[in-house]
Amino acid sequence: MKIPLRYNLRSLLVRWPGSLMTAGGIGLTVAIVVTMMALVGGLENTFVDTGHDGQLVVLRQGSINEVNSFINRDLFPAVRFLPGVARDGRGEPLVSGEIVVVINNTRVDGQSSNMIVRGLTETGFVLRPEVRIVAGRKFRPGLREIMASRALAERFRNMALGETIRFARSQWKVVGIFDTGGTAYDSEAWADYTEISQDWDRPVYSSMLLRAESAAAADEIRRRVAADPRINLQALPQREYFAGQTGAAAGGTKALGYFIAVVVGIGACFAAMNMMYGAVMSRAAEIATLRAVGFRRRHVLASFLAESLIVGVAGGVLGCLLALPMHGISSGTANFQTYSEVLFNFRITPGILLRGLAYAAAVGALGGYLPARRAARMKLIDVIRE
Amino acid sequence: MGEKLIEIRGLSKVFRRDSVEIRVLAGIDLDVHAGDFISLMGPSGSGKTTLLNIIAGIDRPSGGELRVLDADLLSMSEDELAAWRNRHVGFVFQHFNLIPVLTAFGNVELPLLLTPLSRRERREHVMTALELVGLGARADHYPRQLSGGEEQRVAIARAIVTDPTFVLADEPTGDLDAASAEEVLQVLAGLNKEFRKTIILVTHDPHAASYASVLHHLEKGVLVRR
Repeated sequence: MKIPLRYNLRSLLVRWPGSLMTAGGIGLTVAIVVTMMALVGGLENTFVDTGHDGQLVVLRQGSINEVNSFINRDLFPAVRFLPGVARDGRGEPLVSGEIVVVINNTRVDGQSSNMIVRGLTETGFVLRPEVRIVAGRKFRPGLREIMASRALAERFRNMALGETIRFARSQWKVVGIFDTGGTAYDSEAWADYTEISQDWDRPVYSSMLLRAESAAAADEIRRRVAADPRINLQALPQREYFAGQTGAAAGGTKALGYFIAVVVGIGACFAAMNMMYGAVMSRAAEIATLRAVGFRRRHVLASFLAESLIVGVAGGVLGCLLALPMHGISSGTANFQTYSEVLFNFRITPGILLRGLAYAAAVGALGGYLPARRAARMKLIDVIRE
Repeated sequence: MGEKLIEIRGLSKVFRRDSVEIRVLAGIDLDVHAGDFISLMGPSGSGKTTLLNIIAGIDRPSGGELRVLDADLLSMSEDELAAWRNRHVGFVFQHFNLIPVLTAFGNVELPLLLTPLSRRERREHVMTALELVGLGARADHYPRQLSGGEEQRVAIARAIVTDPTFVLADEPTGDLDAASAEEVLQVLAGLNKEFRKTIILVTHDPHAASYASVLHHLEKGVLVRR
């Protein structure tokens, strides 16, 4: 930068109402974009953070998720005793046969929505060490008791500790609230496998979750399951399975986010362009002076582009500050594969803030380029004659 | 007589407005030597500012020859001319043309930003130039805090800070009251006498022109020496 930045900074300060309006406009745009990225980031994080290395989810061949998978109970031993399955301290294979059902419930805002209820056994807890019981206790086998995730308890009616919810053929008492640290399981309620299976009259498993002895053992189990035509099952790494669910919940939101970012970004570019054209026209004499004392066209171009970038980045900082309070706010969206709600927290990371600033800088640069080019191309003699 | 800096032969300038041709300069012959203080006088529209702009490489002639410091300005690109101006020309405008958001120091420093001088060297040069025009104490003042005469003296400091080959002044006293105009003319005369700075002054004020050692008169685009 040959022309000093203080020239641009002071010029912006002198015309502060226009500068502030433009930075404010860009700031609002950035706030929207950062919020959209926080939403998508929160959703993606929910799925990407779910699962453990070395654990496999077993589904029926051809199923894309647990809700539309069913596995006959007589296949359970075939999986349970596969070579390479890890065992607990008592020598029992670490395989959890589970059932997943979708029930309709009313949210606290009065809207009706679906939620997932998972039936599982104690082994299911062993395979999910991230589960923390934050209130109450675990359900007891043989009783119509249910545990709700904290997010679910806050979002749906009749899911608070001590309340009772009716689904299938019974009343279920909420005896515990759990938290899995923002994973996909935080969108679920859990109860005893046998109770759910009986009450829904579904003597099957939806899925099995198992732990392999090692990464190599996990690969071998996958190969064996896929190769055995009698059981007709598939085994997927738990992390990969949940990462694959991201698209169903976040894909549409992401596309909408990009669309909104582009549309509001174009508007913000025009705002920046308008301001910078005004600046160039009102400072024609200054531009002529700079050229007369020896500054080249590219120096003038860089100077006005920098000025527009400064406004863009200032707007970016403002927008990030405006969006920050969204961090941690809980929300939910539909998973169009399971037709149930996915609960997530808006998640504003340093990376998202940096992308917000880069977006603002891009808006500033794109909006400022044409006016800066005009400034650089001004014919010195024409301006001096005027 | 010093070294010949500028040689102009048969220079002409024609403006075209729609289909009308306006001849502003016709057959100008002029030599400028190092240490000259030349005044170009003439009524409005006589072509004196156009001639000055052509010498400064800001405007281009329609015909004729122009050699400044043995360089052919007509073959230079806009950016080459800008670099050339930075090295050889100090320009003083009628309306001062100071950057309002920069201090006197910042304005004078501008041409030095294109040189390889260090920050400390730039500071020394700027303060020397400001002290030469009697404004060393006003370095931190913004143009709005200065009188018209002081603004023009800052503009002169900016014109001489790179120690250019010549200073071109276009009606430098045109916007000033008599006392301020006198200050500015004294500064220009001092630069010529004490530092042998070559100066070309465009004015329509006979008093301003009297400071020059050589007086040229332009009438309808034709140079008349008196």
